[in-house]
Amino acid sequence: MAILDYANPTRFLRLTQIVLPWLTAACLAAFAVGLYMTFFVSPEDYQQGQTVKIMYIHVPAAWLCMMTYSIMAISSLGTLVWKHPLADVSAKAAAPIGAAFTLIALITGSLWGRPMWGTYWEWDARMTSVLVLLIMYLGLIALWRTMEDPIRAGKAAAVLTLVGAINLPIIKFSVEWWNTLHQPASVMRMDGPTIDTSMLVPLFVMAGAATLLFFVLHLQAMRNEILRRRVRAMRLKAAAGSRAARMAPPSSPLSSPMSGTPGAAE
Amino acid sequence: MSERPLPWAMTLLRRELRLSMRVGGGAQVGVLFFLAVVTVIPFGLGPDMNLLARIGPAILWIGALLATLLGLDRLFQADRDDGTLDLMLMAGRPLELVVLTKCLAHWLATGLPLVVAAPVLGIFLNLQPLAMGAVTLTLLVGTPALTLIGAIGAALTVSLRRGGLLLAVLVVPLAIPVLIFGVSAANAALVVGTPFRAPFAILCALSLLAAVIGPVASAMALRFSSD
Repeated sequence: MAILDYANPTRFLRLTQIVLPWLTAACLAAFAVGLYMTFFVSPEDYQQGQTVKIMYIHVPAAWLCMMTYSIMAISSLGTLVWKHPLADVSAKAAAPIGAAFTLIALITGSLWGRPMWGTYWEWDARMTSVLVLLIMYLGLIALWRTMEDPIRAGKAAAVLTLVGAINLPIIKFSVEWWNTLHQPASVMRMDGPTIDTSMLVPLFVMAGAATLLFFVLHLQAMRNEILRRRVRAMRLKAAAGSRAARMAPPSSPLSSPMSGTPGAAE
Repeated sequence: MSERPLPWAMTLLRRELRLSMRVGGGAQVGVLFFLAVVTVIPFGLGPDMNLLARIGPAILWIGALLATLLGLDRLFQADRDDGTLDLMLMAGRPLELVVLTKCLAHWLATGLPLVVAAPVLGIFLNLQPLAMGAVTLTLLVGTPALTLIGAIGAALTVSLRRGGLLLAVLVVPLAIPVLIFGVSAANAALVVGTPFRAPFAILCALSLLAAVIGPVASAMALRFSSD
């Protein structure tokens, strides 16, 4: 089992330490190429003008906000089914990144919508489901933040992530149904029927760069989370140790609760 | 367990209902909150009877959703505080069935009164008899889904001191499909030419789906909250 080899956090830390610089370099290179192509190579749209270039940020962000949720759902399965010790670390690390990509997709979408549709916001089916996705990301992050014990928080969040994964297609379907019912005339498409190759290549490069960025951020966030948990464990241990030390000498048992100030414990 | 599930489930149901009806149960507050929400909306919109008649079903549905969310933290909290939940976890009976029974009792105590109150509140909103019937019928079919989905949020936040607000945030995205199809089916009575049967059937399907996902996910969350 290859994936179980990386269940050991120390081995994971060692491996990612080797991988991360290369991944970061690849990410930077892909962004350099992608941004160059976006600004200097790809043509302006004959209808949309310069604003079409927002697409090169918007579409990768929109694609990643869904991929991130899929990764979180798989990680949650790993937490609940296989009890993989890094799975909840992965899910927790992915949530803020996913929320950020979702926010970027919404903001760039509305910036594009202002000159194109004449409005920052439209209750379009796709935009509405992305907004719901953002609320779900933020709810998950809030759930993690309310529980002190990371293991218990991870399990609770895994249940919610999986319920959300079952519900997301239903939400998307129902929002589309609702939208066609309310405003049948507004059919809005980001692009025309097809995209020309001169735009498709930069788009793919930017999508690849953004995906690499996700993995760099995700691995780094996982490393931080592992280290944060170690710090927490060491602090708990130190606190338990200092309490034991305070309780141990039976010389002055009466004064122990009162004199046990943080200053005295040091 | 070789015993038949029905007798103990009935006992549990009776216990839950008795607890929610008596002093401290708080089952009636949900209807009062429903009334308060419906009363307050015309103050925001203005007393335009035509407008109220047009958006009446939506107001009633949103009011019912908010009232359900308000009562959800009662679902497991009291049982956890006095230790009953631990006994239920240790009893060796299928926890999914326990959750389903508790949800049924909770719905009978808090959801059904909302359904019964809906036609009365519909008078305030200038609803015609047909629309009133449609709203009541959709609420009857749809509010169990809200309770069952909400049970997941209630189970996840049961160990938190003040989980009520977080519970609402977690549950609202999952309740959106129920709201969409409930309001759509209810609106069919208002707008000529809109379908009733299709959204109503989907609403029934959502309730049935929630009856599966809700107890399974809530039971899982409750098990994790205790260890």
